[in-house]
Amino acid sequence: MKHSTSCKPQTGLHREGGRAATGPYSPYGEEAHSDADKASNWRYNFGYLDENTKRMLRRGLLKAVAIPGYQVPFGSREMPLPYGWGTGGIQLTASLIGRQDVLKVIDQGADDTTNAVNIRRFFGRVCGVDTTEKSADATLIQTRHRIPETPLKAGQIVVFQVPEPEPLRLLEASEVETRKLHAHQEYGLMHVKLYEDIARFGHIATSYDYPVRVNGRYLASPSPIPKFDNPKLHQSPALLLFGAGREKRLYAIPPYTDVDSLAFDDHPFEIQAWDTSCALCGSHDSYLDEIVTDDAGSRMFVCSDTDYCTSRREDAR
Amino acid sequence: MYVAVKGGETAILNSYRLLARARRGDAAVPELSLAQIKGQLRHAVDRVMQEGSLFDPELAALALKQAAGDTQEAVFLLRAFRTTLPRFGYSVPLDTAAMRVRRRVSGTFKDVPGGQVLGPTADYTQRLLDFSLAGTGSANLEEPTALAEPLPERLPCVLDVLNREGLIEPETPPPGDPAPTDLTREPLMFPAARATRLQNLARGDEGWLLGLAYSTQRGYAESHPFAGEIRMGEVTVSIAPEELGFAVDIGEITLTECQMINQFAGNGSAPPQFTRGYGLVVGEAERKAMAMALVDRSLRAPELGETAHAPAQQAEFVLCHSDNVEASGFVQHLKLPHYVDFQAELSLLRTLRAGFDAKGDAQ
Repeated sequence: MKHSTSCKPQTGLHREGGRAATGPYSPYGEEAHSDADKASNWRYNFGYLDENTKRMLRRGLLKAVAIPGYQVPFGSREMPLPYGWGTGGIQLTASLIGRQDVLKVIDQGADDTTNAVNIRRFFGRVCGVDTTEKSADATLIQTRHRIPETPLKAGQIVVFQVPEPEPLRLLEASEVETRKLHAHQEYGLMHVKLYEDIARFGHIATSYDYPVRVNGRYLASPSPIPKFDNPKLHQSPALLLFGAGREKRLYAIPPYTDVDSLAFDDHPFEIQAWDTSCALCGSHDSYLDEIVTDDAGSRMFVCSDTDYCTSRREDAR
Repeated sequence: MYVAVKGGETAILNSYRLLARARRGDAAVPELSLAQIKGQLRHAVDRVMQEGSLFDPELAALALKQAAGDTQEAVFLLRAFRTTLPRFGYSVPLDTAAMRVRRRVSGTFKDVPGGQVLGPTADYTQRLLDFSLAGTGSANLEEPTALAEPLPERLPCVLDVLNREGLIEPETPPPGDPAPTDLTREPLMFPAARATRLQNLARGDEGWLLGLAYSTQRGYAESHPFAGEIRMGEVTVSIAPEELGFAVDIGEITLTECQMINQFAGNGSAPPQFTRGYGLVVGEAERKAMAMALVDRSLRAPELGETAHAPAQQAEFVLCHSDNVEASGFVQHLKLPHYVDFQAELSLLRTLRAGFDAKGDAQ
């Protein structure tokens, strides 16, 4: 976590008496700031969270890296964005981000979806760091529901927003019970679920948030990425961090860790495939979104990763 | 040629402008002041402070104004602000027996030491719309009659009467009297101690608690409750800085406290006796304090050897879903884009459907 070292504690919090009733902060006010000096004029600390909270988060992350796939409980805070909208990811990003970082935020693979725009604006306001849409230029990528198509590099950190960190939750509602199941490495429930899928449908009927085994030990949720993205988790050169704010859990897949998507010998893991290519860039091997183009049900398929698609089109020119 | 929809940022900025105008309403009507909200909508302010876990009427009024009266949105605003506040320390335990009582009633004894004090309650108003309030001219407010004799400085709890007879379980700290968990700093873990549960309920959604409490009365947990005592008033908050070695008063807050009495048939080790449910809420919030006390008691089922079969008796179910900031966020996150997962489900469904149709054709 080299990025955190560049993040110096800010003294004074730039606010008087802990009150916000008067002063420069306006919740709907000015445009995103582009440099760190402007950010330091806000009443909030760099990265919104105070330094003690960031330290608590980083300690949790160290534990998570040390025990790949293990869900570390942490004292999740209320953030100024709603729970379920990426508060876990936002807290992790806030605890890691430094002034030298270049941040990319995507939702559904796209940089311009409203929630991604909003989260990027938030960090623009409370950090003033550089942001980018280019996956290759980013040091820190916060994502919801996708892993970029552009291969990740060593030194990059990807922060995943996680709604439900417990892969067994829909099979066992009680947290007391699921913690026991993890402790005993008792994952029969999930195997039975997958087996029942095969018995009923002839194949495993899970298309996203497809459960993985991390480092041969913990069963984990890859977050609701399509199973298409699961292979990118395996032996990734980047550090993959997962934050679930509402459920108050974080976990990690350190670089170059084995990540196996659950399957059976006679029913190997398969990813989605399309019999068409991207209508914009012609890619045959990216994840495609279906776009309904008129009332008559006409549709076309385009890359969900907007940066990947745009770059390919630019390169083709 | 299809062009992907862009312009999320412009749309967001425009939504801010529309929201600001909608909040302000008719500019010809004078703007609400925080003093008006604080002074005339005290229950709304109290509720925002309770569920926002921050005692600051000024900020709660601001949150209500900013949220255009949407209580849960105001709670959320206050919680998000609370995150940024440094923690200086913890107060010494509040002494509610020393409360400067403005209201105190018991449903269990006709008369209690210190007497019954109705205070500023709507209980015995007839709920007729008061059209004299429709105008803005301030009504002619009558002076209430003074109490025959002032209340004693310490009003002992009604339940102490039963306590002396040994008919009610004593309220003793848990073994070792451990420091309570601070749920605003640590995650909720199970099994949750009673102190942790009470903390969760105190900041929990009033509607959630009210519904659960109601369910315990209607047969989903046999609670047989009596309102032993309800009191509302001001309590002094003191802190004892380590370097000082003694407590210093830093202010006072309004609290509503409810001691509920419940039947208990006894078990192998405990004689038949009354048991307690406890509710304590910031501000004037009797409905919530009573609901909290009922839910506290129902959550004690396992420790009292009762079967926990009802929803209100199951700690994980009750405590994991009580927080309306969490609930509101997660329910509403469904309006965020889910294109990618929906696409995955769509292609899965098409595969399943093809299999189903092929089977139908074969038959």
